[in-house]
Amino acid sequence: MLESLSDKFGKVLRDVRGRGTLSESNINETLKDVRLALLEADVNFKVVKDFVASIREKALGKEVLESLTPGQQFTKIVHDELTAILGGEDSVLELSGRPAVIMLCGLQGSGKTTTAAKLAYALKKQGRSPYLVPADLFRLAAVHQLKTLAGGINVDCFDSTEYNTPAEVCTEALRIAGLKKYDTLIVDTAGRLHIDETLMGELGGLKTILKPAEILFVADSMTGQDAVNTAKGFDASLDVTGVILTKFDGDARGGAALSMRMITGKPIKYIGTGEKVECLEVFHPQRVAGRILDLGDVLTLVEKAQTTIDEKEAVALQKKIKKDTFTLDDFKDQLKRIRKMGSLDNILSMIPGFGAMKKAKNIDFDESEMTRIEAIINSMTGEERRNPACLNASRRKRIATGSGTRVQDINKFMKQYQQMRKMMKKIKKSGGAGLKGMFQNMM
Amino acid sequence: MFKKMKSGLSGLRQRLSKTHNSIMGGVEGAAPTMSREEFLETLEESLITSDIGVATSLDIAERIRSKGGQNVARLQEYLRDYLYDILKEVEAPLKIERSPFMVLVMGVNGVGKTTTIGKLSAHLSSAGKSVILGAGDTFRAAASEQLELWGRRTGCDVISQSIGTDPGAVTFDTIKAAIGRYANIILLDTAGRLHTKSNLMDELKKINRIAGRELAGAPHEKLLVLDASTGQNALNQARLFNEAIGVTGIVLTKLDGTAKGGIIVPLAKELKIPIRYIGVGEGVEDLREFKAREFVEAII
Ligand SMILES: Nc1nc2c(ncn2[C@@H]2O[C@H](COP(=O)(O)OP(=O)(O)OP(=O)(O)O)[C@@H](O)[C@H]2O)c(=O)[nH]1
Ligand SMILES: Nc1nc2c(ncn2[C@@H]2O[C@H](COP(=O)(O)OP(=O)(O)O)[C@@H](O)[C@H]2O)c(=O)[nH]1
Ligand SMILES: [Mg+2]
Ligand SMILES: [Mg+2]
Repeated sequence: MLESLSDKFGKVLRDVRGRGTLSESNINETLKDVRLALLEADVNFKVVKDFVASIREKALGKEVLESLTPGQQFTKIVHDELTAILGGEDSVLELSGRPAVIMLCGLQGSGKTTTAAKLAYALKKQGRSPYLVPADLFRLAAVHQLKTLAGGINVDCFDSTEYNTPAEVCTEALRIAGLKKYDTLIVDTAGRLHIDETLMGELGGLKTILKPAEILFVADSMTGQDAVNTAKGFDASLDVTGVILTKFDGDARGGAALSMRMITGKPIKYIGTGEKVECLEVFHPQRVAGRILDLGDVLTLVEKAQTTIDEKEAVALQKKIKKDTFTLDDFKDQLKRIRKMGSLDNILSMIPGFGAMKKAKNIDFDESEMTRIEAIINSMTGEERRNPACLNASRRKRIATGSGTRVQDINKFMKQYQQMRKMMKKIKKSGGAGLKGMFQNMM
Repeated sequence: MFKKMKSGLSGLRQRLSKTHNSIMGGVEGAAPTMSREEFLETLEESLITSDIGVATSLDIAERIRSKGGQNVARLQEYLRDYLYDILKEVEAPLKIERSPFMVLVMGVNGVGKTTTIGKLSAHLSSAGKSVILGAGDTFRAAASEQLELWGRRTGCDVISQSIGTDPGAVTFDTIKAAIGRYANIILLDTAGRLHTKSNLMDELKKINRIAGRELAGAPHEKLLVLDASTGQNALNQARLFNEAIGVTGIVLTKLDGTAKGGIIVPLAKELKIPIRYIGVGEGVEDLREFKAREFVEAII
């Protein structure tokens, strides 16, 4: 199986690490590998060219700092450049105007309708009062789809059934929003091709009516080379304000993120990480660049490696459990190992009786949750990992900021961690937990 | 049988040429003034940007490099032949040789499964078959309503249940109904699922098992729908769906966009699964049988 972008990059950079100096010749060789890795990850051909050129320039222009090895220096340059391209700063929604209007657009099937509901859900949790507007009158049952999703999250949804055109829907929805005091309109539009002039013109018309604070281009993260054409097309006719990348929960290598960002210069604001309404995460360039580059700390769900915990490690782990010295560092190691082996549910489903326990304990196995937990642990200091009891409010706040999560997430995770340790103690009492038992209690 | 689909070579080419700058388009214009190296580089770029993938693109570029000479017309001919040789291996139209014949339609989210079923049902019923549709996507909001509306449009019965029902139950019901109503063809829709989600792939296996239990040899066609704008990930999709229940045919949708769908070249090389149809729009008539020659002519 092909490796993910992160894996490949990791390997490439490890090669540089082993080689004394950062000379022109080994840069060239490494850059060639970087180029291949990026192309295999679906980063657009031209984008790769530009990226590699700027890395070369930066790498050669700089002196190797005394405190760093050439490999570290090179890693830092690539990481910084990648972060810069991906956006540098985290960017959030610009919700000016009353009501503030968010308009979603994109190709067919990219995830607009689902994302509309996800945004409404997130904004509602932030205390806003969103109003969903189904302006896709073309695809069969599209209005019904959004209405159903709205019902599921208790958000009001405009009734489009009486109207003939998206323009009428938008005009009327705006009027009602004024009357009923909704502060945010989220408008779902029909999927279309950027080369369809009539339909792109229709979107332009909606823009004139709605005067949106945000026009978000919703794109599939599995998109290949064509990402640049579609992003450019939508941006050229609508001047979009940002991008949302959906279906990040798969094994797509994320090349489209780089391509679209570099070609439009527009920020990627969110990523979709699942089909459920809560599966929307703020896009963190740092985190994604880190994920792309991270050497060995990388989460690949694709890898179906037959790796299992080897016996020696298992024994060491059991000792830790017995002595009750199982720290967050250990937790992270285990998490990494499990994820290496494939999707979590896959592995866990092999364990007898697991489904029942999952239900009973109400433990969430969402992959995005795992990513969040990793980020949280990564943002802790060594001391905090060894002794989580020291996590007071201000520490928690810092960790939340560092990991791009919320304090509630940290609290929830700490609760789970405590619960897990309790279970470990029980296992200890009931005697010899085998490998399966250990897995069971890992989570 | 597929009268409407037989639009012939020129039809597709015309339809696609609007949106497809041919792979060699850039090369042809500038070639006479190019050095050999420049020419090969441009070729490599053209291949890669059509999503054929790095390995296959480099391989093709290498073959052409070894041909020597730079008569563009001849190299273009060579490139076409090479791609044609690969793709003709997977040109095999769907043959419906029994009744009822069951087609299971699967793929990742948003690729065009339901729409493809809608289009197929129109073509098959206009060829005189009685077609029954099964709304096996019980997860996505309004998915069964979408299929029901397609059924109304194409005059086919739709078997559906409420949202959240076990898709295995819908499979069962649909087959029973098809047998009871002497339908010729069953088209079973399924929820979009990412190939990496093992619980969802298990669900698909279960659907597959139930079909086989209720109707001998069913599903007789396991059709994977791929989106032409997908990059190298489409390979993983095909591999994992194939591992899970075996894929007997592929539909490549959204070829009316600017994406070239080059991913089917490495796909054809590696998995050799027949490509049954291509999708060229959202309308009921926008489905074509896959023709290797036509496809190659359209993209080169
Ligand atoms: N796994 C996963 N699936 C998603 C995500 N976002 C959307 N989907 C799924 O992708 C499919 C298409 O989503 P829709 O929201 O209907 O897409 P759309 O852009 O509105 O589609 P059209 O209106 O038909 O153009 C559905 O099956 C969704 O459940 C995501 O982040 N992850
Ligand atoms: N342009 C274009 N759009 C398509 C094609 N096939 C499907 N679609 C659109 O893609 C979107 C998703 O299709 P749908 O059938 O709902 O996908 P599913 O989730 O896989 O069932 C819809 O908006 C369809 O109209 C095609 O060949 N070309
Ligand atoms: Mg939609
Ligand atoms: Mg569907």
